[in-house]
Amino acid sequence: MIRNERYMTRNTGCRAALLLLLSTVVLAPLYGAGSEERGSAAARELILYAGRGEPLVDPLIREFERQTGIQVRVRYGGTAELAVLLAEEGERSPADLFWGQDAGALGSLAGADMLSELPAALLGNKPNIYASVTGRWVATSGRARVLAYSPQRVSADEYPESVFDLSQMRYRSRVGWAPTNGSFQAFVTAMRVAHGNQTTTQWLTAMRANDTQAYRNNTALVEAIAAGEIDFALTNNYYLLRFRQQDTDYPVAQRFFSDGDIGNLVNVAGIGILRSSRRYDSAVRLIEFLLAAEAQQFFTDVIYEYPVTTGVRQNPQLEDYQRLLQAGPQIDLDSLEDLEGTLMLLRQAGLL
Amino acid sequence: MADSAALPMTASSARRTTPPWYLLVAPSAVGLAMVLPLLYLVVRAAEADPAQLASVVMHARNLLLLRNTLLLTVGVVAVTTAMALPLAWLVVRTDVPGRRLLTLLSVLPLSVPGYVMAFALLGLGGNYGLMARVFGLAVPRPSGYWGALAALSLYCFPYVFLNVRASLTGLDASLEESARSMGCRPRQVVLRVILPHLRPALFSGWLIVAIYVLGDFGAIALMRYEVFSYAIYTQYSGAFDRVYAAWLSLMLLALALIPVLLEGRLLNRARFARTGTGVARRTQRVTLGGWRVPALACVTLLFVASIGLPFGMLGYWLSQYPPWGELPRVAQAFLFSAGAAAPAALVAVCLAVPIAYLRVRYPSAMSRAAERIIYVGYALPPLALALAMVFFSLRAARPLYQSLPLLVAAYVISFLALAMGPIRAALLQAPRRLEEAARSLGLSPVAAFARTVVPLLRRGMLASMVLVFVIAMKELPITLLLAPTGYTTLSVAVFSRTSEALLAEAAPYAAAIVLFSSLFVGLLLRYEGRGG
Repeated sequence: MIRNERYMTRNTGCRAALLLLLSTVVLAPLYGAGSEERGSAAARELILYAGRGEPLVDPLIREFERQTGIQVRVRYGGTAELAVLLAEEGERSPADLFWGQDAGALGSLAGADMLSELPAALLGNKPNIYASVTGRWVATSGRARVLAYSPQRVSADEYPESVFDLSQMRYRSRVGWAPTNGSFQAFVTAMRVAHGNQTTTQWLTAMRANDTQAYRNNTALVEAIAAGEIDFALTNNYYLLRFRQQDTDYPVAQRFFSDGDIGNLVNVAGIGILRSSRRYDSAVRLIEFLLAAEAQQFFTDVIYEYPVTTGVRQNPQLEDYQRLLQAGPQIDLDSLEDLEGTLMLLRQAGLL
Repeated sequence: MADSAALPMTASSARRTTPPWYLLVAPSAVGLAMVLPLLYLVVRAAEADPAQLASVVMHARNLLLLRNTLLLTVGVVAVTTAMALPLAWLVVRTDVPGRRLLTLLSVLPLSVPGYVMAFALLGLGGNYGLMARVFGLAVPRPSGYWGALAALSLYCFPYVFLNVRASLTGLDASLEESARSMGCRPRQVVLRVILPHLRPALFSGWLIVAIYVLGDFGAIALMRYEVFSYAIYTQYSGAFDRVYAAWLSLMLLALALIPVLLEGRLLNRARFARTGTGVARRTQRVTLGGWRVPALACVTLLFVASIGLPFGMLGYWLSQYPPWGELPRVAQAFLFSAGAAAPAALVAVCLAVPIAYLRVRYPSAMSRAAERIIYVGYALPPLALALAMVFFSLRAARPLYQSLPLLVAAYVISFLALAMGPIRAALLQAPRRLEEAARSLGLSPVAAFARTVVPLLRRGMLASMVLVFVIAMKELPITLLLAPTGYTTLSVAVFSRTSEALLAEAAPYAAAIVLFSSLFVGLLLRYEGRGG
């Protein structure tokens, strides 16, 4: 112990450093609290729960703040986690808006009567593939399901017509999917809505029997094609494009199935106003901003998603917008809410 | 040797069988805090529809998932021990050069976010991997059981290392010397004296690793190995469901109970403090001599895998996307992260000391229960814990909702078990005799504790702080749900980029987690005094 005390006095430099550390501990929260203070001092502010990435949301929010003077505080998280959080908060939720990237999550909140009705003006002028029948939320951008493939190992006569073809013998062990992933599950829900539970179960079972490979998520699927583990993958359209942004030679390509095939499901990112919000008018202004030309152009230019309004310049990396409208199946996006039923099928098929 | 539970027969300890009231404050508060989330899960679970419940819980595939989970848990415990035990011995007991650096490097893998480790391992192999592009050698990518085992072991071994190191440093050398003087060969000394005395440290390290593996989803899923946490994850994330997910969380808790109870039983019968009079002796360091080169080679290999790979990966991403424009944001996110993680580390240590003290000095069914219950918080799926905090704070303490204190409290509930191990191991080595002597010289119980035990506990307390701080820095689900809105920490910033496949843009934030964690660890190691 005597030894220890000697060490303590010898290490005065360290003690100063520890003191510094402790002072950050004390000061950092004050700093944080300070910025909050400023936020709530502003008469006009909004709280947004965003299931979308910060790099995609933040530039738009800053611009909105600049144009309107309305301050927006954003809570970032996964779309599913935030949907569960909102359900747990219920009427006590401090949130004004929820911006998720899956129609199912929005549909489940709408179904639980947690979202307010939106002004009709926001809902009109949308192509059919973006329809929400409840009118409680509105699509802000579109994200298509596609078939990613290896251009080296797949010849043109092997392109499948339909997602149902992938259970054929010639695709055995060559296809990847992501059964635990939200966008895959939304696609299975859409298949149930379009083709019924029985057909869907048959397809899932046949795919599994065909040794379809399970991966964690869309990113992992695209990488598995590059790594040579699989030749095809069921994924979303923008992952590959974001990879290409960093590596133009990335050895993966992607295409749609034939027009109207459920494998081309267009899911959306969408936004709704919480019923518990007391700032409805400001919230509507944020939605208007996200649907206006400037934000729509940002979605397509920067994050490779499809606009929901016409008059937006085409991003050359993306499949043609008119082509998407042809290829995408017609489906009521609110019906994607029944994920519990989908999980049941996935469990029965032995995938979860 | 007398079992500590048998000691109350002597006059001096008969007085002590009922602990003073102030020792009960922390355990009671902690016990309550641990019961709340359980209560929440039960409330939610009660809402279930029996038919559907059967399909979720009585699902035949769950058995396969459980089997895989157990296999992986046992594997990771074995591999991490094989890595950590020799490493700890090397830095504590030998004259290997650069001991302080080696210690720092042995703790650092903890700070590596799981996805970085998994991507680094995965990025090596395959047609388009590093090996293929640099050396033209397409090795298969790690996957399945072995892939998951490698990824988890590479960032879990520091848990065992920190525990063992704290214990090994505090071990009285005279024990080994007596063994040797009685004719034991060095191997026998290790087997009969050192290893048995390391048991508490090993057990708590294993417990932490085992429960971690039971609950991990991210890295295991990236390695495509199917385990039980799949079921919970998909239930929360796929179905936006709190009811069946609550059932699965309770099942996971029951599973975690096995190692917790096992550890308690195994540890109950042992006694580890030195009993002799006089000052504890420091050991002579073993001179490695000709073994120095092979030892350093092994250590280097380990660090290349556990630190080189993920750091290389981060470095590559950083070079693809230079972070200079992001730096102000990174700095702010760091302040947020540290502002929550550092208080959590302090509070956790302050709570762990009285609980460990109660457990070691006043062994009883109650004090054992108080110690065991803290593993509830650690074994709970973090999302379930966070939702429980949402549930209760909105109903009972509205002003606290989405406030920093609540976030810190949730961290503490979740990570208190991490703080327990090193402190308990150090306390088990602190002889009761010292305190008694101080009391007999007229000091109050608290003063006696502060003057005699705290100095011996310092190393354990520092190790605990390191563990909690580093883990809280990279914690995600709790932070996402409970941090004040707009309080974007480093880990949230990482998540909100990787979730969009913007890996390179997440790199500066992930690098900041690693960098600041290592600074913190380095600082504490220096403060600890010597690099042993």
